[in-house]
Amino acid sequence: MTQTEVEELESAALRVRQHIIGMSTDGGCFIGASLSCADLLVYLYWKFLNVSPLTVHAEDRDLLLLSKGHDVPALYGVLAERGFISKERLKHHLSVDDDLYWHPNRNVSGVEFHSGSLGHLLSVGMGMALDARMKGLSTRVVVIMGDGELNEGSVWEACLVASALSLDNLIAVVDRNHFQANVRTEELVPLEPLAEKFRAFGWNATHVNGHEMTSLDECFGSLHLNTGSPTVVIADTRRGKGLPSIEEQADRWFCNFSAHEAEALLEELNGNARATITSEKLIVR
Amino acid sequence: MNAYETLLLDTASRDERLVVITAENRGHMRTVPPMLGDRFIDVGIAEQTMIGMAAGMAVRGRVVVTHALAAFLTMRAFEFIRDDVAITNAPVIMVGMVPGILSDGNGPTHQAIEDVSIMRGLPNMGVFCPCDEREFVDGMRALLESRRPWYVRYLNTPELPIDREPFVPGRAVTVRGASLHHPNVTILTYGFLTRQCIDAADQLRRHDLNVRVVNMRTLRPVDIEVICDAARRSELLVTVEDHFLTGGLASIVAETLIAHQIMLPVMNIGFTSWFKPGRLNEVLEHEGLSSTALARRIHERFTDIVHRAAQPPSPHQEISHV
Repeated sequence: MTQTEVEELESAALRVRQHIIGMSTDGGCFIGASLSCADLLVYLYWKFLNVSPLTVHAEDRDLLLLSKGHDVPALYGVLAERGFISKERLKHHLSVDDDLYWHPNRNVSGVEFHSGSLGHLLSVGMGMALDARMKGLSTRVVVIMGDGELNEGSVWEACLVASALSLDNLIAVVDRNHFQANVRTEELVPLEPLAEKFRAFGWNATHVNGHEMTSLDECFGSLHLNTGSPTVVIADTRRGKGLPSIEEQADRWFCNFSAHEAEALLEELNGNARATITSEKLIVR
Repeated sequence: MNAYETLLLDTASRDERLVVITAENRGHMRTVPPMLGDRFIDVGIAEQTMIGMAAGMAVRGRVVVTHALAAFLTMRAFEFIRDDVAITNAPVIMVGMVPGILSDGNGPTHQAIEDVSIMRGLPNMGVFCPCDEREFVDGMRALLESRRPWYVRYLNTPELPIDREPFVPGRAVTVRGASLHHPNVTILTYGFLTRQCIDAADQLRRHDLNVRVVNMRTLRPVDIEVICDAARRSELLVTVEDHFLTGGLASIVAETLIAHQIMLPVMNIGFTSWFKPGRLNEVLEHEGLSSTALARRIHERFTDIVHRAAQPPSPHQEISHV
């Protein structure tokens, strides 16, 4: 990737983060998880996935599934920046007159499947990957999972079966931000050594820095697909990435900021003054 | 420290059998983990494992209170609840967070609006749906002593201005219009929407409609006497719930009226599909569950009934559902 391309992606990621902050007020959103996967989604939609607003219904398009779901503001931002939906529509977040709420659903163009309950979309993605193989399509299926989501037993059932079915057009991506709702993953149900767990289940496993476009490009550009095994990319990320005032704080998961705070966070995102956040810390979900 | 944390800690200090488990839902009980030590367990996002563990502890003599989002608790772990808790009649109390309409902007995956239906369908299982935080805590105090399985819709809303009666499973409480011997309308409800129903009753009073509001409190066991009494005294019986009509209070009332061969106009207010996600107040309005919307809907139906009653019956008139 050229430096110009890297700068283009970083600029897109900045705009996506601005959209996310816009959705973190007047009802709020799961901002921390959205910020951790923003760079990842920008890279995938700009450089990796064979899908665009023109091919959003093409049978052989690549399919991305957001299994953790509550990071959907990042996807809404990406879909708006890529032209799947209008940017104006993001202002309708949480309106009963639109379909943009805290978890994804298929009424939004570009969203392939709804989610919200964790540990579902790896198996749904396996069905799509299997269908593509049966039809002889070049479709690749990418399933984004949270690391907390890996607590759910259904994820590991699916891992066993994906390996048994040799689903080598399936790519799971773990947004490894080291937090689940209220606590650090390693303090609750430790996941490490995570790559070794997937390998023991018969998967190809690799690590990437989930915030560096060049690292993402090196990783996804050199994946060994179609070798008989499913692939997992463990993307090391930071929850709340881009906003130091909330980054990696256990109680900044779901946030509903005041309009003034959202303004301050936009300033912080742009590298100006650090925001002072006093709104309620934790809303249980 | 909130009232629920106080209850859990007080109970734990008196009863060493008590164990509290969450599936990563400790937000409403921040002070409990450090105070309870090894009698607080957070299993992570693993609802099935939580219920299996709770059953294992319960049959070994413990009282276990489990917590997860109501949708995932009742549906993801359903078979574990059925097989390990209900069949064994184990004293496991399952507290479901953000039940019913409280999932506001989360979307259908998080909407527990069939929870009452599926839980009351299980032998041995009790179902408790409090109307505010005070009723939740009062009820939980009794359930912790009950030695049987319970599903509870969690609610921490401010105390409603209503008369209180001691919590007894299977006993409803009249929260508006208790002195009315023959109300025009009786509203049967439970949980979060009790507030909307009380406000709707007050609004209908201004339209010269006498309305009684009954808070069912437990949907299993259910207060059959209260339902039958309301049906015999009222011109219109209304059920209001943030739940699918199928299997919820609407079904409970239908089953009860059939069993006791009582006929009267009945109006069922609830969901027939998943509700539109959004900000809570907007959702209430959109779904016709705000107090104003409830009052309007009930007033329209009552007017319609009176109008029909005034019409001379046609010889070929078919029996119609009212």
